[in-house]
Amino acid sequence: MLNADGVGLVYQTQRGSITALGGVDLDVARGTFVSLIGSSGCGKSSLLKLFAGLMRPTSGALAVDGAAVTGPDPRIGIAFQKPTLMPWKTVLQNVLVPAEAQHRARAPSLRYAEELLEMVGLAGFARNYPRELSGGMQQRVGLARMLVHGPDVLLFDEPFAALDALTREELMVELQRLWLATTRTALFVTHSIAEAAFLSDRVLVMAPRPGRIASEIAVPFTRPRSLALMESVEFASVAGRIRRALDAAAGAP
Amino acid sequence: MRRLVVRIGPPLVTLAVAVAIWALAVRWSGIEAYLLPPPAAVLDALVGGFADGSYWPHIAATVEESVIGFFVGSAIALSLGVMLAESRMFERFLFPLVVALQAMPKVALAPLILVWCGFGIESKVVLIVLICFFPLFVNVIVGLRSADQDLIDLCRASCASRWYIFRHVKLPSAAGSIFAGLQIGASLALIGAVVGEFVSSQRGLGYLIASSTVNMSVATMFAAAILLTVLGIVATEAVRWAHRLVVFWERSVGER
Repeated sequence: MLNADGVGLVYQTQRGSITALGGVDLDVARGTFVSLIGSSGCGKSSLLKLFAGLMRPTSGALAVDGAAVTGPDPRIGIAFQKPTLMPWKTVLQNVLVPAEAQHRARAPSLRYAEELLEMVGLAGFARNYPRELSGGMQQRVGLARMLVHGPDVLLFDEPFAALDALTREELMVELQRLWLATTRTALFVTHSIAEAAFLSDRVLVMAPRPGRIASEIAVPFTRPRSLALMESVEFASVAGRIRRALDAAAGAP
Repeated sequence: MRRLVVRIGPPLVTLAVAVAIWALAVRWSGIEAYLLPPPAAVLDALVGGFADGSYWPHIAATVEESVIGFFVGSAIALSLGVMLAESRMFERFLFPLVVALQAMPKVALAPLILVWCGFGIESKVVLIVLICFFPLFVNVIVGLRSADQDLIDLCRASCASRWYIFRHVKLPSAAGSIFAGLQIGASLALIGAVVGEFVSSQRGLGYLIASSTVNMSVATMFAAAILLTVLGIVATEAVRWAHRLVVFWERSVGER
């Protein structure tokens, strides 16, 4: 569903050029949940932005469902680290943004948006403004928004990084539920080993300078996964493998 | 109501004390009344001016010039600001010049504008337009540029058109800054009007002050200054009220 073929990205700065990505090959099968994990500056967010069509690669090619990425694609839904809600729009209006931007029919979008808000537990907050919501609730609005136009691919850029630990776990379960209900292809950028191990089918570990995929770890657990899974020996072993892969990637020249 | 009392009560007390000191100082210091009239004389001038209706044409003239100049200047600033913020080309060719122009005290141009536009209302309006233009213009550009890049990226990734992003992200992001510019413009408009009237006019509160110097009617000068202050307060409060109404999501705005 998502393909990257020798993708390189070079930034021009005043102090010379920086290679953010140096030849990334990536394949995300339809309906799978894949995490990208790595230290800061390994280009994982850049890779996500490339798939979202927000940037063009310097070399190589990207494809979504076999079609080359040439710009933003309505089949993609995206969520950022910050909730990035518009303070001048109500919760419901915020959820409707992608549908509105794509000129989708109003009535069905509205119904679906209300349904999504119910799914993320915010049915009673449709007419509230974002500032009246907690950080976790705002991020839930962001999750509802990324689904409102019925995308096939979900791109997450550290969506839970700004939340406290408890809210983060709560939202992990929530996200799994949403994802299972809609079974879409997901690419999830994160700093958190626990998030990656809990949510993914595969975890891709990235190495910095230049950004590249260093290793891959399969996560075998069946779904739905519960938070209790995180206390199991098997989970600890997967998490340990991800950590060692990260250490190796950071140490690699 | 209670909040209003709490807000304007204490400064009113200060004002009353200041006026009392002024009255006593005039009485005991022996300063000539033609140099510093007592508060009562200023009040007389104010009441008298309204009673015989002689202030109204002046107030009307100043208000008319200011309002027209303010709205025309703001409209130009808004449209040019939007064009500049949305176009790299405009920015590269125009922005440095505009910034340089902003450093110039526009009132220095008053005599020149008078020569070009005549002694009527036009010359005052042009001066006010020039004075109101710059703060708003700069604020429009800064405001539009300050929009959250993540919000813009989110809309772009959702295939939003440029117009959608402008209308739903950039313009609301700039609203606070635009109203700040309008508020500065509202107070500057009065300065422009008064300077224009100083230079040459037959009407307006600025003219009233200038003409009062001829016959040393200091009380009238005070009265006109007080009227200008009231106009200034009304104008900035009106803009502030609109600000709170439109930019409802920035809570801090309402508190001041």
